[in-house]
Amino acid sequence: MEREAEQFHGQHQGIWVFIEVKDGAIAHVSLELLGAGRMLADKRKSLLSGILIGDQVDHLADELYEYGADQVYVYDDPIYRFYRTESYMRALLDCIRKHKPEILLYGATSTGKDLASAVATDLPTGLTADTTQLDVEADTGLLQASRPAFGGNIMATILCKKYRPQMATVRPKVMKALPQQAGRQGVLIQERIAITEAQIRTKVLEIVRSTIQRVRIDEADIIVAGGKGLGSPAGFELIHELAHTLGGAVGASRDVVEAGWVAHHHQVGQTGVTVTPKIYFAIGISGAIQHIVGMQNSALIIAINKDPTAAIFQASHYGIVGDALTIVPMLIEAFKVAIGRKEEVDVGKI
Amino acid sequence: MLHIVVCIKQVPDTKIIKMNPKTNTMDRSSAPAILNPYDTHAVEEAVRLRARYGGRVSVLTMGPPPAVKAIKKCIEIGADEGYMISDRAFAGADTLATSYALTKALEKIAAEYAPVDLILCGKMTIDGDTGQVGPGIARRLDMPPLTSVNKVVELNLEERFAIVHRKLEDGYEVIQSTLPCLMSVEKTINEVPYSTMPNMLRAARYQPQIWAVSDLPNIDKTQLGLKGSPTIVSAVWAPQKPQGGKLIEGDAKQQVEELISVLMEQRILFEATPRGGEH
Repeated sequence: MEREAEQFHGQHQGIWVFIEVKDGAIAHVSLELLGAGRMLADKRKSLLSGILIGDQVDHLADELYEYGADQVYVYDDPIYRFYRTESYMRALLDCIRKHKPEILLYGATSTGKDLASAVATDLPTGLTADTTQLDVEADTGLLQASRPAFGGNIMATILCKKYRPQMATVRPKVMKALPQQAGRQGVLIQERIAITEAQIRTKVLEIVRSTIQRVRIDEADIIVAGGKGLGSPAGFELIHELAHTLGGAVGASRDVVEAGWVAHHHQVGQTGVTVTPKIYFAIGISGAIQHIVGMQNSALIIAINKDPTAAIFQASHYGIVGDALTIVPMLIEAFKVAIGRKEEVDVGKI
Repeated sequence: MLHIVVCIKQVPDTKIIKMNPKTNTMDRSSAPAILNPYDTHAVEEAVRLRARYGGRVSVLTMGPPPAVKAIKKCIEIGADEGYMISDRAFAGADTLATSYALTKALEKIAAEYAPVDLILCGKMTIDGDTGQVGPGIARRLDMPPLTSVNKVVELNLEERFAIVHRKLEDGYEVIQSTLPCLMSVEKTINEVPYSTMPNMLRAARYQPQIWAVSDLPNIDKTQLGLKGSPTIVSAVWAPQKPQGGKLIEGDAKQQVEELISVLMEQRILFEATPRGGEH
């Protein structure tokens, strides 16, 4: 494999965001990264660009301008119909080598992480994974990418001084998308590389979307999360019941997922999902740092735990020291009454 | 014959690791060293594939001498042979330098034993949490990288292809790839059973081959360790501790009533969209 050292000689400029497309729409994390990228670009007084790769995707550029992009590079070809590491990597490497960005951000999704790891090795350059904070030195362009490390026990700031572009994958739901500015314009740059199906060694035979109807915790406004303090899978049923009463999603700590009380996609935290609901209930959860890094940006956090010294109380806005098995059934009843009353009020208004 | 190499790592158990609250540093002595949990599933999957297709399972790690223990754990799971690269020159490597060193060792294993058909890795390590080393190795050896694999449907050794399920955020995709390829696997790919007595006895006696930098041919030392790592850690700090809020006092009934009234007052319960995230 051919390699070239992309040593930094000062000619790299611009902030780029890899735009992830799913089922013909832009993934929300890409809009969040445009928000973060806009801040970096303004500080560097440089342009913010989106890299859009796919089949019949160029019309999506208009939306990217409205969320902060100044220009969009597009690789539009049927060969990019499905994400495949090799085809996307070739397009992206072409774009990077031609236009030499200073910073390139990807969503820390299955696609973004896969692509970024491959691209970093080929350039080569440094890549910081699962970033949760970004900043840039205005005069030097040095990216400060900070991330939880050691399972969330510490935060570390990672720099890549000698290689360009500086690359990072960024956790979904951590950065904020800018408000959409209808009609904001940008520049579309059509790109193309010679690439044939024979050069790509993988084929997507089928895509199977999960058919189970479930509340996605990364998008829910209310999350009721439970931990080992509930004592048993039967105790954990209370979490489902409270979540159902409130119309929220069920979250869980790592130990109950590992114990098999609830499926892995409910896990909140460093090795699970990062969430930012309007209300987060942490019930029978002691508050390991790995859990806290995944939920600490929730607007309102309520903890219920028997142990008054549990770390979760430090991370909560309101705490109740008490037995979840007693408190939660009372809460369910009280919420039913309170929410019922609210509905009556609404009916009265009409 | 099928030759699988599994790349593994010994890691501190981050579930148990404690922070020193005075210095904001990690008390590494508090954490036992274990085989990276994702890697146990990679080794188990290799052993299962060997049961289906025959062949050999080699494991490879980079680490300080005590990391031999992680290889012994793989022998317990059922791996055939273990290799370790251990040298001060590897110290301080980021994911790019780590994938370079492991690639050089993989080339040596392939040259001395048999060409490699399949490389398996855990999805990520629990100390680094990046998942970047596997794809890095794949690119360096010019193999297709298949990340987040949670099922190996088929290996076809005659026609040289593999079919796998690759996990997505909301389902999975079925991918066909040429062999050789590299797969990084999810924990959900299998369940690791208890070790058998013969494997445990073999592991107790087993000594892997240990190579220093000088044992690896055609190696560019400038690509190793701290020197070969484009990324550096400039600062480390304890995550900001939230301040803690109000504890609601009283008996259970009073606590529940006060919490409800707080939520009603803030109207937050009703501003949230019920079932807003359902799909």
